Amino acid sequence: MSETEVKVEGGSPASKSVAEIRSNEIRNPQFEIRNSKSAIRNSIVFDDVSKFYGEILGVNRINLQIAPGITSLVGPNGAGKSTLMNLMTGLLQPTRGRISILGTPTDQPEELFHKVGYCTQFDSFPRGYTGREFIESYLLIQGIDKKQAEILTTTALERVSLLDAADRKVAAYSKGMRQRIRLAQSLAHRPSVLILDEPLNGLDPIVRAETIALFRSLAAEGMHLIISSHILHEVDMMSDFVVLLSNGYVLAAGNIHGVRDEMDEHPMQILIRCDQPGKLAARVFAQDHVVEARLHDDLGGLFIRTRRPDEFHLLLNRIVAEGEINVESIGPVDDDLNAVYQYLIGSEHATR
Amino acid sequence: MSSTVDIVPSQIAKQPLRWSLRLRQLSAIFTLETSKNFLGKRAIIIYLLALLPVVMFGGAALAPRLTANFVGLHVAYAWIYAILILRTVVFFGCAWIFMNLFRGELVDCSLHYYFLAPVRREVLVVGKYLSGVAASTVLFVGATIISMLLLYFPHFSSESSRFFLDGPGLGHLLTYAGVTILACIGYGAFFLFIGLFFRNPIIPAILLYAWEWINFLLPPLLKKISVIHYLNSLVPIPISEGPFAVVVEPTPAWIAIPGLLLITAVVLVLAGYRIRHLEIRYGSE
Repeated sequence: MSETEVKVEGGSPASKSVAEIRSNEIRNPQFEIRNSKSAIRNSIVFDDVSKFYGEILGVNRINLQIAPGITSLVGPNGAGKSTLMNLMTGLLQPTRGRISILGTPTDQPEELFHKVGYCTQFDSFPRGYTGREFIESYLLIQGIDKKQAEILTTTALERVSLLDAADRKVAAYSKGMRQRIRLAQSLAHRPSVLILDEPLNGLDPIVRAETIALFRSLAAEGMHLIISSHILHEVDMMSDFVVLLSNGYVLAAGNIHGVRDEMDEHPMQILIRCDQPGKLAARVFAQDHVVEARLHDDLGGLFIRTRRPDEFHLLLNRIVAEGEINVESIGPVDDDLNAVYQYLIGSEHATR
Repeated sequence: MSSTVDIVPSQIAKQPLRWSLRLRQLSAIFTLETSKNFLGKRAIIIYLLALLPVVMFGGAALAPRLTANFVGLHVAYAWIYAILILRTVVFFGCAWIFMNLFRGELVDCSLHYYFLAPVRREVLVVGKYLSGVAASTVLFVGATIISMLLLYFPHFSSESSRFFLDGPGLGHLLTYAGVTILACIGYGAFFLFIGLFFRNPIIPAILLYAWEWINFLLPPLLKKISVIHYLNSLVPIPISEGPFAVVVEPTPAWIAIPGLLLITAVVLVLAGYRIRHLEIRYGSE
């Protein structure tokens, strides 16, 4: 992933940590702000976008530039994920600001939807169609000839493992099958940008894994995938970038570890498995940047919280080199999406 | 699930946006919508409406006493055509077909599939409208023709044959069919517009119905802001509108037909403008 803008603006009534994150643009060496024409042509750009439903806020002052790869929109219900997706595809029109997808404004459907496929969250279908007819019909209205539409339909059905059920009525499909047929319909015309609103809902574990593998392979080919999800560990597993939303505001955006590093007010929590955790606690607690040291319940490890993880790791290297304490493993405890989500949005919404 | 991917730049994406492409899209939308209009569950109502005059005239054909006076049949058909076919069957049939073109998809939460296709939304309006015109025309023109033939059927061996083959009968039949087509075109555009603009299209449809019914009482200028005024000017046998009617010279066909088509075009342009700005928010529908 070579370039993406990670710029967070706007105001939210959320916690102090959120305000601090907001007030400082998240800078990460991996993400350089690029505004050149070629960068805009290769990315999805939100330029000061707001959407109000009458007096109700949908999203506010969104500035994002999303590069190819898998980008996940994460947030509780009502955070603005679906609104952002609907704005990206012209199903909603922004009250303020502009959006472009690979250089195309969202009010030009003729050009836009050659590039974009959108699998919405609406679990509804035109009446009376089989799976095959459903996909083929919407390819035909694009002006594709019948033969090509048949080939594209079969390929899409194959991709989501629905070829066997293709000639059954969609109304008779299970929830998971309906999810997959919508996915097939959104990618049948081979778009460069695939927008997926809760695409893993209703899928069984095996199909979930297959679907994630499909997303990864699509992303590896240079495709943009924008995915919204509540399932944090799956998002963590598959995403290159994460956009955290709450109450219509972007709280943070970027590589999840980069976002975590910026959260100074939440010292990094690290678990060290060792043979003498008490002794280690005494050594490390003398440091300014270590704000907490707590023994693990099984007394076989030590949780520490540090404001400067790099310095802490250097210290730990020295301690290990001295040979007094035998360290078995070291690992961050809260350097994942779930932790970031809890810090920024609140633990009551987190879903593992 | 196959994760083998062959993303090739879409051939379609590279096609210039030519009119031929739009025509293909229009043709596909027309085909899709026409099959829905004829074969969908919602079509049952328009079949019943179209059958109403057919059943009625079929019944009359079986009761020779009702059709004994051949000369009286011309006026009888003119009245029944004006009240039953034009103001009831065609009006409500078009209301059902055209309001459901968009409103029905909003209710079914399936309009977004069209909006997510690389098709200009105006093309969608035209495609759906033409499919509605095709369905309403086939059914209601069919009902108009069959009804008239059934009415004259008891005299088939004598006056009716002469009326249709040597007299003005065929002309009348074609004129009534033409008026029905124009009614479908005119009402269709209005109902499509209503279906796009109003969440509950029943109220504006009832208002339009009332407006069309009181047309004979309106001053000359207001009379012309209606579909029925132009259609009344075109029917072969004008009917008396009663002692309270405001008498206005019938609009000549060369004005009535282009006038109606022009109003239709204006309404469709407004519908096109509306759909460009239409947002998909099923929750609020």
